[in-house]
Amino acid sequence: MMTVKDRTQAAYALEADRLTKSYGAQKALDGVSLKLEAGLIHGLLGRNGAGKTTLMSIATAQLFATSGEVRIFGQQPYENREALSKICFIKESQRYPDMFHVEDVLATARALYPNWDEALAGELVESFRLPRRKKIKGFSRGMLSSVGIVVGLSSRAELTLFDEPYLGLDAVARSLFYDRLIEDYAEHPRTVVLSTHLIDEVSRLLEAIHVIDGGRLLLSEDAESLRSRAYRVSGSAAKVDAVTAGRRVLRRETIGGSAVASVLAGEPGENGIGRAREAGLEAEPLPLQQLIVDLTAHAARGKEESA
Amino acid sequence: MSFLKDDGRPIFQQIAEKIEDDIVDGSLPEEGQAPSTTHFAQFYGINPATAAKGVNLLVDQGILYKKRGIGMFVAEGARERLMERRREQFYEQYVVPLLREAEKLGIDSGRLAAIIQEKGRG
Repeated sequence: MMTVKDRTQAAYALEADRLTKSYGAQKALDGVSLKLEAGLIHGLLGRNGAGKTTLMSIATAQLFATSGEVRIFGQQPYENREALSKICFIKESQRYPDMFHVEDVLATARALYPNWDEALAGELVESFRLPRRKKIKGFSRGMLSSVGIVVGLSSRAELTLFDEPYLGLDAVARSLFYDRLIEDYAEHPRTVVLSTHLIDEVSRLLEAIHVIDGGRLLLSEDAESLRSRAYRVSGSAAKVDAVTAGRRVLRRETIGGSAVASVLAGEPGENGIGRAREAGLEAEPLPLQQLIVDLTAHAARGKEESA
Repeated sequence: MSFLKDDGRPIFQQIAEKIEDDIVDGSLPEEGQAPSTTHFAQFYGINPATAAKGVNLLVDQGILYKKRGIGMFVAEGARERLMERRREQFYEQYVVPLLREAEKLGIDSGRLAAIIQEKGRG
């Protein structure tokens, strides 16, 4: 029975609670707890093999967790048609039957997604120049990515997850994707998850950042707050060290008497960039891509050292 | 319009400043219609919510105003008000860094004034 409470708008599109997935001794996910606020564009970021796909597969009931729980708009997704009808998961490794053409994919999607927009799908197929007469079996990596983007955007699903959506796409097609995503998301707000290791081009689209590494959640935070506390400073090594003292330095490199340091400050409000500039140093926000590199390289090193 | 250079401030503030720039240099005239937030979002590759936040900042300051169902427009007197505000910020934003660099290079204030007199003509 549905209760009144179930019908109210859930604050979170996805909630994971101590989610673990083991393959023998190997842990693809290791106790990940995470909440994705509804109505935002989220970035699920991390290196290849970090556990991003595993997390999304469990969230969309395509894989069972070894332990822990997951909820989609407040409901557990397994054998739950209502919850699953709200999700569109565009997998990087999506396979199609050998005989399928683009039209067959669209027909399947049309039947699957209640908010499907046929006109948008047609438009996108044209924009991405997908051949309608060719079998999908013969598609290039980029064309397969385009098929996923067409389905993902046209599904208008309340929760749309894209796993590495732009593999093989050229710069023109990628910018087409961002444009259409922004436009459609502005007109039809919903929750979007972009899972990727190619970050810089989308970094300003993301409103919340979640970083996974080695099956663990390293970070889950509002993008603007993260931007304000992740920065890099450069200048004379002594000044750099003075300004970064007592802060979490992700990376420090020196050349001659100069140093560059990447900092992840504890508090968003501390204005580290301003302080560094006042001290005569150069300072700028750490680009998200670099933050992830510094953060995950750091974690990998830490693990080796403690092993 | 120009590229969005990331100077460390929140993106919505930088967007608001871009719109201000366009008003100050006249490319966005008073009573003229501002681009939609979706358009801003696409142009700068940012989230539409962030673009809307930047636009709303200017609405709150009375620089832009909303015509229901049509869009955003530049308020009358917006240009003069923005220029007045920027004149106030001029010392902080331009003169202070100039003095700091001059000091580093051993250019005293007399010499600096002479350079400005000489090169700044015309």
